[in-house]
Amino acid sequence: MLDASQDGYITEDGRRIGGVVMEMKNITLRFGGVVAIKDISFDIREGEIRAIIGPNGAGKSSMLNVISGFYVPQEGEIWFRGERRPPMKPYEVARQGIARTFQNIALFEGMSVLDNVMTGRLTHMKSGLFQQALWKGKAEEEEVANREVVEHIIDFLEIQHIRKTPVARLPYGLKKRVELARALAAEPKLLLLDEPMAGMNVEEKEDMSRFILDVNDEFGTTIALIEHDMGVVMDLSDRVVVMDYGKKIGDGTPDEVRNNQEVIDAYLGVSHD
Amino acid sequence: MFYREAGDFKTSYQEDSQTFPIKFDRYGFYVALAVAFLIIPLVINDYLANALLLPFLIYAIAAIGLNILTGYAGQVSLGTGGFMAVGAYAVYKLMTAFPEVSMFVHVLLAGGITAAVGVLFGLPSLRIKGFYLAVATLAAQFFLVWVFNRVPWFYNYSASGQISAPERDVMGIIITGPNAPAWAAYLFCLIFLTACALVARNLTRGSVGRTWMAIRDMDIAAEIIGVDPLKAKLTAFAVSSFFIGISGALFFALYLGAVEVGEAFGIQKSFLVLFMVIIGGLGSIFGSFAGAAFLVLLPVVLKVFGADWLGWPTDIVAHLQLVIVGALITMFLILEPHGLAQLWRVAKEKLRLWPFPY
Repeated sequence: MLDASQDGYITEDGRRIGGVVMEMKNITLRFGGVVAIKDISFDIREGEIRAIIGPNGAGKSSMLNVISGFYVPQEGEIWFRGERRPPMKPYEVARQGIARTFQNIALFEGMSVLDNVMTGRLTHMKSGLFQQALWKGKAEEEEVANREVVEHIIDFLEIQHIRKTPVARLPYGLKKRVELARALAAEPKLLLLDEPMAGMNVEEKEDMSRFILDVNDEFGTTIALIEHDMGVVMDLSDRVVVMDYGKKIGDGTPDEVRNNQEVIDAYLGVSHD
Repeated sequence: MFYREAGDFKTSYQEDSQTFPIKFDRYGFYVALAVAFLIIPLVINDYLANALLLPFLIYAIAAIGLNILTGYAGQVSLGTGGFMAVGAYAVYKLMTAFPEVSMFVHVLLAGGITAAVGVLFGLPSLRIKGFYLAVATLAAQFFLVWVFNRVPWFYNYSASGQISAPERDVMGIIITGPNAPAWAAYLFCLIFLTACALVARNLTRGSVGRTWMAIRDMDIAAEIIGVDPLKAKLTAFAVSSFFIGISGALFFALYLGAVEVGEAFGIQKSFLVLFMVIIGGLGSIFGSFAGAAFLVLLPVVLKVFGADWLGWPTDIVAHLQLVIVGALITMFLILEPHGLAQLWRVAKEKLRLWPFPY
C-alpha cells in the first residue's frame, strides 16, 4: 500500500497519511566507545502511527531520547516540519510541539491529576509573573481557557473520577493514562510514547490501544511509539522501524516487516555454524 | 454538620480554582480578616504586640517566602537569616538616605533588593541539588553576615557597628522607633502579611506554581513539558527572597529597632524559619501561618505555664523549649512530613461527613 510520492499514502483502513513531519537522517549516537545508534535514517509522516521495535538494547529508547533532545547525536541531521533542527535542550523541543511519555512513569507525584494534566499546557500559557501575582486579567482568563482544554482531554481519556486525586495514590495503569493525558494536553504535533503498555494486563493493554487509536483518529495526532508487545504493534501501527544492535534492519508496513528475514533472525536468533 | 463541601456546587472553572473553594472556609477567612484589621488594633498593648503579634506576622512572611522556595520549588535553603539581613540593611540604608519617602516604598524596595541578591545566590541551584544546595545557601548565610559586619558603609560608619531604625511615619502616624504605638506597627505588618499571602496563593495556584512544583517533583519530566529549569528555579529564588527581604526589613525596623547582624540574623534564624516551614507543612501557605504561630507561641506558653504557674527556674524552661522543638521536628519528619497543614487537612476529611464515615 506504500505510495512512493512525497504527499503521503492511504492506509489499509482508509486513513489519509500526509507529508513528512520528522525526518532523521543518518543519525549516529555514541557513548564513549559504545555505539548506541549507528547511521539510522527514517521518517515520520503526518497523522500516522509509527512504531519502533527491536530486541532489548537495540537503541530504541536512545532514539526517542535523541528526538526529544536528551541526547545530541554525534552525526546526522534531524528535520522537523521542513526545517533542520539545531541541537536543542529538551524544553525547547517541547516548545516546538513534541510531547512524550516515559517507560517508567514520570508524573509529578505530589500534585493532583488535574494539576499534572494542567502542566501539559504550560507551553500555551504566556501570562507573566506580575499578572499571576494579582490573578487578574490575562492570568485568570488563561487559566480558565486552558482548564477547558484539559477537561476535554480528561473526559476523552475517562479519568474524570480521579481529577482531584493526588497522583501518588493511583494504581499503575491509571498513572500511565494520566501521563498520556499530560502529553496530549500540550496538543503536540508529534507524540512520542515509550512503551505505553509495559507492565499492563491484557485488559489494560486493550484500553490503552483503544485510547491511542482514538487520539490518532480524533485529534489527528502523529504518534511514534516503542512497544514490546508484537501483537499490539502489528495491530496499531501503520509503519514499523526495526532496530537491532543500534542498526536499522527493517522499515515498512507491519506485513512487510513480519516477512523480513533479517527481522525474523533478530527476534528468533540464527545459528552461527 | 456545619463544615462541609456537600451542596457547594461549582458552575465555572473560576469558582473551582478560587482561593477558598469551600464556602465555610471563605467566610472563615473574611471573619479572620475583620478580627485582625478591626478588633485586634483596639485591644492591642505593648506586651501582646512584642511577645506575640509582631513576631508572628513577621515570621509568617518569612515562612511563606521559604515555603515557596523549599516547599513548592523543592530547593532547600539555609540562607534565610542572611536574606533577612539583606532586607534589614537595605531598608536601613534607604530610610537614612531618603527620609521623606514612604516606608511602604522602602520595605517593598528592600524586598526587591533581596530578590536580586537571592537570584544571585540561586544560580548554583541549576547545577546542584539537595544537601549540596543547602551547603551553598549556607555559604550565602555566612558570607552575607560577614559582609554586613565588615563593610562600614552598610551600618553608616556607626561606632557600635549596629544599625538602629530612625523614627519614620506613614501619613503622620509614627511606625518605627521607640515612640511608635503598638497598633500602628501591628497594622503595618498585617498589611504586608495579607498582601504577601494573597500574592503567594495566586502564584501557587496558577501556572507559575505548577512550574515550581513540577521542578520539585521531577525535574526531567518538567523539562520535557517545556519548563526551563533555570528560569523556574530563579523565579522561585526571586519571589522567595522578595518575601524574606520584606520580613527582614520589618523585623529590623518595626520589631527590634536596633540590630547587630550576627545576633539577629545568624544561622539560628535560618533554622528557626526552616523549622516553622517543616512543622507547619511544606508546600502549604496555611502551613506557613501555622508553623510561625506555633514556634512563636511555644516559648510564651512554656514561660507562662512553666515559670509563672509551676515556678520552675527559667533556664529549665528555656532548655525544655529546645527539647520540645527538637522532638517535634523529628516526629513531624517521621510521622507527618507535610506538617500541621496536613493534620488539618486530614481532620477536615474525617469531619466531612461526621458522624457518618463512609
